Parts: sequence; C-alpha cells; structure tokens
Amino acid sequence: MMIHDHLWRAAERWPERPALIAGTSRVNFAQLAQDADRLAGALAGHGVARGDRVVVFCPSGREAAIATFAVLRLGAVLVSVNAQTKSRKLQHLLQDCTPTCLVADAALQRTWLPALPATGGPRAVVVAGEAPPPAGPLPGVAALVSFADALAASRDGTALGPQPGIDQDLAAIIYTSGSTGEPKGVMLSHLNMVSALESVAQYLPLREDDVIASALSLAYSYGLYQLLHAARVGACVLLLPSFAFPKQVVADMIRENATVFPGVPTFFAALGALQSSGPLDFSRVRIVTSAAAPLAPKALADARVLFPRASFYCMYGLTECKRVTYLPPEDIDRKTGSVGRGMPNQELFLVDDEGRRLPPGSTGELVVRGTHVMRGYWNKPAETAVRLRPRPETADLALYTGDIFHMDDDGYLFFRARKDDIIKSRGEKISPREIEDVLLEHAAVLEAAVVGVPDDLLGQAIEAFVVLRPQQDIAADALIRHCRALLEPTHLPRKVQIVAELPQTTSGKIDKRALRDGTPSLRPNQRRESEAT
Amino acid sequence: MTDNGVKSKVREYIMQNILLGQQVDGFTEEASFLKLGILDSTAVLEVIGFIEDTFGVKVEENDMVPENLDSLMAIDAFVVRKKRAGA
Repeated sequence: MMIHDHLWRAAERWPERPALIAGTSRVNFAQLAQDADRLAGALAGHGVARGDRVVVFCPSGREAAIATFAVLRLGAVLVSVNAQTKSRKLQHLLQDCTPTCLVADAALQRTWLPALPATGGPRAVVVAGEAPPPAGPLPGVAALVSFADALAASRDGTALGPQPGIDQDLAAIIYTSGSTGEPKGVMLSHLNMVSALESVAQYLPLREDDVIASALSLAYSYGLYQLLHAARVGACVLLLPSFAFPKQVVADMIRENATVFPGVPTFFAALGALQSSGPLDFSRVRIVTSAAAPLAPKALADARVLFPRASFYCMYGLTECKRVTYLPPEDIDRKTGSVGRGMPNQELFLVDDEGRRLPPGSTGELVVRGTHVMRGYWNKPAETAVRLRPRPETADLALYTGDIFHMDDDGYLFFRARKDDIIKSRGEKISPREIEDVLLEHAAVLEAAVVGVPDDLLGQAIEAFVVLRPQQDIAADALIRHCRALLEPTHLPRKVQIVAELPQTTSGKIDKRALRDGTPSLRPNQRRESEAT
Repeated sequence: MTDNGVKSKVREYIMQNILLGQQVDGFTEEASFLKLGILDSTAVLEVIGFIEDTFGVKVEENDMVPENLDSLMAIDAFVVRKKRAGA
C-alpha cells in the first residue's frame, strides 16, 4: 500500500463526492485524482523520476493539494515547504535536498527566485498561483511552466500508468529544527505514513460525511494528514488559507457545515477572542483535535465551551513518527493536563539517562517503536544516530524523542520538558541557535542568547538577550526588524532585551537556565514586546 | 475617493516594517495582501495596530475581515467609514 492510493481509491468509489474546498474552488475526488495524474505526467515529462525530490512551495490550497498527490503518485519524494519560509532558509533546503523540480507560487517569487542561483537550479520550475509569473529563462532551470499549462499539456497525453514503487520508498521529507540551528529533513517512507494514518484512524472516528476545516499548513504533518485522512474515508477538506482573519474562518466553517476542526492553541485563542463579540455557532462540529503544542487546562476548558457538541482529542506527536499519544475524550476530566496514552500499533516507554526502561509512575525520556518511525534525517547520519537507536531487547531501531514525560500508574503521559535547548513555540520546534545566528549577523551585536520561557498560549515564547558591541546603540525594535527579514514569523523573538552582559556557568558557557529564570544581574537597557499570536 | 493619505501611509508602513524595502510585483491598491504573501496572521495584527495608532480608529473583532483589511483600497474605505461613523 502506498500512501497516495487512498486518493485514487476514493476517486473510484466516490468520484462525485467533494474532496476539497479551497477559496472558490470545489473539487471532487475524480477531479482531484485526475489533476494529480496530469501534473504527475507533466512532472515526468520534465524528468522527475522515482526517488527524485520535488519541492512544493505554495500556500495551502487546491494547487498545493494537487501537487502533493502528484509527487507521491510519481514515486517521487514530496518536500513541502511552509509558505512563510524566508529566502535564505529555502535556499538551504534546496541545497540540502537537491530537487529535480520546484512547484512554487508566483506570489512567493520574492522568496524563491533569489534562492535559486546558488542551488544550480532544479531542472524545472512549475509556477502556481494567480500572480504574474517571473520572466524566464531562469539560471540553471531548463523549463519554466505555469501550473495550468502543466495540467493542460498532459491532458491529451497518454494516461500515466502504474508507477514502480514499494512501501519502503521515501514518500516525503519534512524539515524540522535541529539543535545546531540547521534544519533536519525527516525521511518518511510510504510505510511510515500508512502506518501512522491507520493508527490514528483507529481512534479518531472520521466519517465520509465529515467536512474537515483545516487552517494548518500542508507543509507540516498535522496539516498534510488532514488531506490523507479525508481521502481515506471519503470526507471533504475545507482548506483555509490562514488564520489571519478568524472571523472569516468562522464564516467559512459555518457556510460549509464543517464537522471536524483540527486546532492548535493559537487557533482556539483567536476563536475565543472572537466569541466575546457574540456567540459562534459551531453546533455542527462533532470532532475537535488539538496537537502540535500542549493545550493549557484553562484553554481546553474555554475551547470546549466554544465547541459544545464536539468530542475533544488532545494529542501528542513529533514529525519523526507523526503521532504518539491521544487522550480519549472520555478521559479529559479524569486526566487533566495529560496528552493521553499510546495510539494503537506502537510501543512506547520511558527510559532513564542510561537507557533503562522505567516503570509507570516514573519520569524519563519517551522512546517510541513502530512502523511509523522515520527512516532517519536526510543527509544527516550523525543526527539520525542520536534519535534512532537499537534496543537490546528488540531488532528494530527505536525513536528517542528527546521529550521528558511523566507516566502515571495508568500509563497516561504528562509532558515535562525537552532534553535539549530546543524551543517549542506555537507547536513548532525552534532552534535557539538559528535565531542567535541571525542576531549575531547584525553589525551592532556582540553576543546573543535565545531561550524559551513558559507561555500558556504558545507553549513557550521566544526571548532574546543581546549584548551590543562597544559604542553601538540600537533599539530592540530594530533588532526585531532585522530578524523579521531572515526568520519566519514563528521564529521571531517576542522580546529582545539589550543587556550589559550574559550570565555564565562555571564552565564559561552562557547560562541559559539563569536567562530563563530571570537573573537580577541582568541590566536591561531597552526592551520591546511584540504581539504574540 | 479623496486622497486622505491612508493608502500611502499604510503602504509605507508595510514597505518599511514588513517588507523591509523589498519590492513586490503586483502590490497595487486592490491587491490582496494574503494572496501576494505580503502579510501573515502576525503581520495583520501589526498593521491593525498601526491603523489604530495612526488614524485614531478602533478595529473591533468584528471588523477583522478581509473586506476591511486585505488591501490598501479596503483599508482606505474602512478608515473613512469608521471615521464617518465616529464623527
């Protein structure tokens, strides 16, 4: 079984049923499969073959969904990149995964055009979206075609036949932050993704008449799996381009009779704020999921008021295996603050620093086994060896998550901390090093340290501490603007404090714990707080 | 529409603080910020803050819809309407 098979099965079983609603587009399963076939044919015509990487750099929408299935159908490897990614990081990702083809939205060309020259260029660029495409030719790029032309070109061609492939082939590479500041590409096989999808499907009762309202990015697994789940059961996905205008999201959900809402804490907070100006009618919503970041007990209580008829599923996972735990709705009041217990067809346990298994009632690092566990990090054997390790009692490699949990006597998990410095904010893993490197690029900055501080809404909020070079004077505001040019919105420090010096540990390293806890020796000169949403 | 400076001030704010001087093709008065990838949800809130501070209007939760805020033209009309209602 290949992960994309669900779409073509759905197209056979329910050709007329709506698969996708995005903006003004309404696409049924037959059309979606046909368009994906056509794009796959066009990509093959431009030399994309089994195992080749194809980067999709488009906002969530019809074209991104078509491209997702087209790449998988061809046996190529899907590399979806969040539309908010900045040019320099995109360039790094392109250099790392060396795609044969880039499918990119014209509106984002100020990001992807400057990223191309240093990469040598993918062989083909398919330009999606409504904005005017760039004028060709592009350096190193043999073919520059529009998305519509790519679909049309293969319309009259012979249908794309069965493609060779087995479920051990890579299906996707999803980039996530590493502690070195360099993104790591999580390699997921078709088997990994099928396993994760089936395990989730065993506890999440999605139905063919569901409308899943998703404002999540298709570049991350939480968003991508909404598409896959929908194809699996014949449900429809309402793709909401962003949560920038929450009222619009609500109107779209009500108009389309949304029944399922996959959320993250910031979404629930935005909807809660809206509710103060009048009740929202979410009476049709029957399932709400929360993942990516822990939902604080108060936020969960508020969200349950917002969705009075919905069953709530609080979940925990990581890109490296998609999902690990879920809290059954009936346990919400019994196990407040828990991310639940393991989902079906996997094994999980806690270990101490020596790797010894710990009994229930203990606190330790979470380790996960199962066919959903990634194949490793692309081009990064050393980092892979840290996360995927053999266990004495089993033949496979187990995933060491780096997350510290407490397990109660019933086997329910409660998140405690990260083992490393990685910040988890808005559900995204963020490397402090990446932000520190950007701050250090500023001519006025001598030293920089970035930490995550607890925040009910974001999980952790990013705070930066900066020491300026002698005779330099710059406002914290200007440093945030500098960051904005080079970092995604999720990576922007909420606060930059300019201090006289950074606290050090006895071994001479920057004492991040002291920064997190707030040391009195710091002398903040200026500070700036930006909106946290 | 009279030239009340709303469009040019908002454009300048976005150019300086969000786009940091980067030119964006198609950034016309009617163009959708979201479609052009000019604003994300965080930046929308910053623009709202700028509108409130600069033009002395209050953007309520109910006002936060694309029809009011997703282009220079929309913001201009919104500010004029708000000012008139408040006058």
